[in-house]
Amino acid sequence: MTDFGFTRAKSSTVNLDEVDTSLYRKMLQVEPDVKRCMECGSCSAVCTAAPLSGMSVRKVIHALERGVDIAPMLSGCMLCGKCTMVCPRGINTRHLILSLERYYKEEEKA
Amino acid sequence: MRPDFHPFVIPFCAGMAFVLGYCFFGMIHILFQLPRRDRRHFLLSLVNPKTAWKNIRDIFLNCLIHVKLWKRNPLLGYMHSSIAFGWFMLILLGHVEVLLFAPGHLSKFYYPIFFNFFVAKSEETIGGAVLFFLMDFFLLVVLSGITLAIIKRVRSLWFGMRRTTRPSVLDMIGLYSLWAIFPLRLLAEGFTAHISGGSFLIIPLNWIVRGFLGNEVNMVPTWWAYSIALGVFMAVLPFTRYMHIPSEMLLIPFRNAGLCIRHPRKGFAKIQVLSCPGCGVCIDACPMSAKKANIKDTTVYLNRQIRRRNEKRIEEISDKCMMCGKCTALCQVGVDGPLIRQAQRSMRKYAVEKDYSAAVSPTPVEKAEVAYFAGCMTQLTPGISRAVESLLKKAGVEYAFIDREGGLCCGRPLMMSGRIKEARELMQKTKESILASGCKTLLLSCPICYRVFREEYELEGIEVIHHSVYFYNLVKEGRLKPTRSDIHFVYHDPCELGRGSGIYEEPRKLLRTSCYLVEAAKNREESVCCSGSLGSLTLGFADRKELTEAALRNLTSDIPDAIATACPLCRSTFRRYSDIPVSDIAEVIDSRT
Repeated sequence: MTDFGFTRAKSSTVNLDEVDTSLYRKMLQVEPDVKRCMECGSCSAVCTAAPLSGMSVRKVIHALERGVDIAPMLSGCMLCGKCTMVCPRGINTRHLILSLERYYKEEEKA
Repeated sequence: MRPDFHPFVIPFCAGMAFVLGYCFFGMIHILFQLPRRDRRHFLLSLVNPKTAWKNIRDIFLNCLIHVKLWKRNPLLGYMHSSIAFGWFMLILLGHVEVLLFAPGHLSKFYYPIFFNFFVAKSEETIGGAVLFFLMDFFLLVVLSGITLAIIKRVRSLWFGMRRTTRPSVLDMIGLYSLWAIFPLRLLAEGFTAHISGGSFLIIPLNWIVRGFLGNEVNMVPTWWAYSIALGVFMAVLPFTRYMHIPSEMLLIPFRNAGLCIRHPRKGFAKIQVLSCPGCGVCIDACPMSAKKANIKDTTVYLNRQIRRRNEKRIEEISDKCMMCGKCTALCQVGVDGPLIRQAQRSMRKYAVEKDYSAAVSPTPVEKAEVAYFAGCMTQLTPGISRAVESLLKKAGVEYAFIDREGGLCCGRPLMMSGRIKEARELMQKTKESILASGCKTLLLSCPICYRVFREEYELEGIEVIHHSVYFYNLVKEGRLKPTRSDIHFVYHDPCELGRGSGIYEEPRKLLRTSCYLVEAAKNREESVCCSGSLGSLTLGFADRKELTEAALRNLTSDIPDAIATACPLCRSTFRRYSDIPVSDIAEVIDSRT
């Protein structure tokens, strides 16, 4: 194939029929407020761990709904609670993060 | 001389043997649950004369006299010390009587308890009139305590308690048998007083009962009843809240030895749980009880659920707590609810590994004697860090702002979530950046950071100081000269600064230099948490609203013009719902300098 100096980007399509959204469904049970997120990004703006692991609760919720792996982002979280303080929707983000870490790949472990 | 033995002593002896055996084996079990290092430390502390004396003094003052309860409410104090000390004296004097008048029977441990049944009045015992008087006197004291205890069940508010716990069925059995013991003893001794002798209480009673009944058929049944009441109380004791009586005697030496909770169910934590008398002082204390649904999440119910091994509820209660520490501050026994919860949280396994190895905390370019570390919460409230910087400049202090461009967390929130290992890793990172600044004084405007820096960091050669104390020192030295205004401020004691670190006076003195100070209804160690605490894992935004409003009602009881606090988290939380301005102490002083 002729090299034009650029390639096509890898498809970012998510086939919701194929991805595993069990963690998201679990979160809807333990922290149903997650549905109230309007992706304003306040949590991302204040996050202490953002420079460290690209942590952002907004992105985490986004990835969660699409079944994307969230562990790398969560690994930097220091649970400082700033995201909870600024959330205009009153989501208990700290509890969300702790529950995610707790139930992450729970079925595989079992 | 009357017989040496009578079958009625059997219930008492069986109960006593059971409870002594249970406590003995329980103690051995708990000692073996302690980590080896702690156990050695504890045993060594027992032979240290200073700690040994402290143990004896604390056991006497707390278990028998109940000094803490006297301070809280004299009626409550009298009720407890009359029963505990009175009963102790009855047992002690019973032994003295046996020692003096029937020394051959000292080996029979039921003898001192049922002395009046076994030993008849004789030439010898007449000489013990003082002892007989004291026995009757202390019986009267105990009976007055029991009367108060009965009144307390109906009118707990007279004893300074708005809410009390609901006793379980076994607790009720223990309670009623305890109530029954002393009236039955009075009756039993009254029936035999013409044979055994007695004093001002039981002899007149004897005249009355013999005057009415005129025979002795009631004598043995009442002694049976007395013994059965004792036996029932002893038999149920290990499974009721009355287990606190023997456990507290082990809790005090444990605490004086300086042990800490390492496992939520074993060793020190176990003895704390058993020492909980279930009085319910923590129910009124807990800021969460402002909402009635939260009453069952207080420390007393945590202890009860731990004893019942109700894992689901234990987790719920442990995760909900805001860790403000007020229950510990008010607990008469010193049960550390938040630390038990923290240990419980630390047992949980998380699937995502934390990794802070890439974390680099920015070190300041400028080097200075004073380093200011704002911390996460102050970065969220830049008004405070601006005020701190402004005051430092006004006082002419050279300083370095360590985390101006954002830094790392202090690790306290991780600690409170029970993730001790991760917290230590993060602390190491933060510590490096503090040490790199080369400062002599570390200035902090957040009490959450202040507490963990002081307790966990071991920053040798660096003075860790909270900004309220630092600015008060600057005012004392005359480097800051605030002017007074007419505004009436109320000062809110942040949990981590007040109860957590014992700083109550300096912020108040500092505020008085620039305004009038009024006090909240509950202040200092009884200050009510703002309910924005990071301690709670599960309390959501909506749940906290009612609690914050209750805290605000407590603060504004004296109708102040504004609220001052010394914690960025309290400031943000109160600001959400307060009708009057809320500011940090640094902002107040900065506006008047």
